[in-house]
Amino acid sequence: MSARIFRRNATMWSGGLLLAALLVGGSALAGEAPPVRLDSTADHSKYKELQQEFASGPELTKVCLSCHTEAARQVHRTKHWTWDFLNPENQQRLGKKNVVNNFCISVPSNYAFCTSCHVGYGWKDASFDFSAEENVDCLVCHDTTGSYRKLPGLAGHPPYKDVEIPPGSGKIAKAVDLSRIAQKIGKTSRDTCGACHFFGGGGDGVKHGDMDSSLASPDKEVDVHMDATGLDFTCGTCHKTASHDVPGSRYTPVGKDKGGAHMRGKEDKSNPATCQACHGLSPHKDAGMAAKLNHHTDKIACQTCHIPAIARGGVATKMSWDWSTAGRLTPDGKPMIKKDDKGRVIYDSKKGDFTLGENVVPEYAWFNGKVSYTLLGDKIENTEGVTHINKLGGSAKDGESLIWPMKVFRGAQPFDAVNKTLVTPHTAGNDDTAYWKNFGWEKAIETGMKVAGADFSGKVGFIKTDMSWPITHMVAPKEKALGCNECHTRGGRLDRIEGVYIPGRDGNSLVNLIGWIVAGATLAAVALHGLVRIVRRPR
Amino acid sequence: MERIYIFTRFERFWHWTQALLVIGMLLTGFEIHGTYHLLGFAKAHQIHGIAAWALIILWVFAIFWHFVTGEWRQYIPTMKNVDVVLRHYAWGIFRGEPHPFKVTRRQKHNPLQAQAYLMVKVLINPLLWISGLLYLYYNELATLGHHFDLASIALAHTIGAFLMLAFFIAHVYLITTGETVGAHLKAMLTGWERSDEKSAR
Repeated sequence: MSARIFRRNATMWSGGLLLAALLVGGSALAGEAPPVRLDSTADHSKYKELQQEFASGPELTKVCLSCHTEAARQVHRTKHWTWDFLNPENQQRLGKKNVVNNFCISVPSNYAFCTSCHVGYGWKDASFDFSAEENVDCLVCHDTTGSYRKLPGLAGHPPYKDVEIPPGSGKIAKAVDLSRIAQKIGKTSRDTCGACHFFGGGGDGVKHGDMDSSLASPDKEVDVHMDATGLDFTCGTCHKTASHDVPGSRYTPVGKDKGGAHMRGKEDKSNPATCQACHGLSPHKDAGMAAKLNHHTDKIACQTCHIPAIARGGVATKMSWDWSTAGRLTPDGKPMIKKDDKGRVIYDSKKGDFTLGENVVPEYAWFNGKVSYTLLGDKIENTEGVTHINKLGGSAKDGESLIWPMKVFRGAQPFDAVNKTLVTPHTAGNDDTAYWKNFGWEKAIETGMKVAGADFSGKVGFIKTDMSWPITHMVAPKEKALGCNECHTRGGRLDRIEGVYIPGRDGNSLVNLIGWIVAGATLAAVALHGLVRIVRRPR
Repeated sequence: MERIYIFTRFERFWHWTQALLVIGMLLTGFEIHGTYHLLGFAKAHQIHGIAAWALIILWVFAIFWHFVTGEWRQYIPTMKNVDVVLRHYAWGIFRGEPHPFKVTRRQKHNPLQAQAYLMVKVLINPLLWISGLLYLYYNELATLGHHFDLASIALAHTIGAFLMLAFFIAHVYLITTGETVGAHLKAMLTGWERSDEKSAR
């Protein structure tokens, strides 16, 4: 440890000396050579093409594409653009525009709002032109200023002039300065990815539990890799992207990476974002426990021990969402909001009841990477029980599974009580049917289902649903990884995991019974024998 | 009555080290088994592992010693006089009769005792050792293509542990059945046992 600190200090010192030398050298050569930028071969502020005012995003994108000729068509191939994905394993049609979840439920009929997280401009309805190159939004991923933002309701556009959002709220969103952002364009960062991915489900930390705004600049305790003053990984460090296609998918995740660490020169098409892709299959190196810990890697996902809890950065994650209580209004007919003692919203007339959690201990399940969804047309078999929005495959026996930590998000949401299917309500919008304005489910669902092209009987009920989110971010420093005692006990974290023998949790009750009878009988016999000896002792 | 030196320094070292290790392994082993919480699984597991290797090393030396010295003959089972010894424990001992077996250097253990120790050596120890080593190395064996079911390994190991526990209880009690309550214990500590050399011959 001390050696490592020394080495880090040494690096800092040598860095400092280098900097000093550069400064001295630089001043000696003043006027001859300006300092060179080392983070990129291009300084976009020097491009004449970017030194102009842009009226809109697409106008700017055309300029970007004049040099980056292939970029837009690369983006066009990705899920970030299409929001459409055919799962090759089970032929399910997934992607953001197709799936139904138990957070904000679904995208169709709410495009102008949801597409504030689309990497494009103008997707307000089905008429959006997916082949238009200028519709690609370069800035949302490549902004380095932190000043770029897209607002719900603008169909993926940023505000080009100061606007009041939501209308009537008095909150003014400033127009973005496209020219300035373009001149400072750069690599993706935790901030750019996080602008959408930290806020999934309608707010900070709502959806994932292992991703929220605390990861913009986390300390080591929250995430050992993204530690802003340490390793300082960006998302792209693990989600190593080529051709704009970001690897690491929630639709087809890797349950058990058997491939080991990636090596230069060796062709490897496997997901580079797994733990094993860097750490290999025998990651524990310290003497003593290393061998035993490495033995665990054939059954236990790295994340299970190394992410002891989720939502550790001070941002609560939603744990449940009950849409069935939405729509309660104040006596004068106004929507209301209730907060808990920490000021977090726990009831909203638009959305219903929530529960939230920080430092949440995950649930655990075998997972082999196979995910099947309950999609819009799928028949719901048991309307009394819990419908799984996504069902994760896996078992102790299939050889493809590891025990993974999960955030299991539970809720109740509207469904078609006659057709027994999930529904896609029209929630957001300033019109006569949007639920968040009118608080009527029938109309909202009718509109939503029409846009989605699905049948709706007109009769609304509510079903219980759950959705599992395998946990993989917020890896703690190794000192904070789970110890043996968390699982090797009855009532421990893996208490309900089937198919493995866990010492400390398991045992054969018959052997235990007979064993204790034998030991107990021996003890009783010698005690009795001794007692008789004492009593009968000749005096 | 005279004194006879029956337990050499190595035997005493072996016995007491083994006693300490076995007690430690019983305590930690049943904690690993989930019977109680004393040190916590992690600590219990660590101590159990260290003690296992210490015991294995000790046993390698002990086996070597047994063969070199010929002391292994002490454990050759016989039924001769077993009935006499049994009668003593069931009856005579309560009447204050002396033990029918006389300790000699050639025969340190009465026939019942020798049989009990033999059972420990050929049944309980190997059961614990083999299952214990499999417990430690079943992952390595699996990578070599030999798949063992951990539950079965643990089951065998647990059975061995219960047998060892029963032996331990009986053994601790039976050392109080010498000429005086502390006589056997003293012999195991000092090496010297009181005996009647003449009648033994």
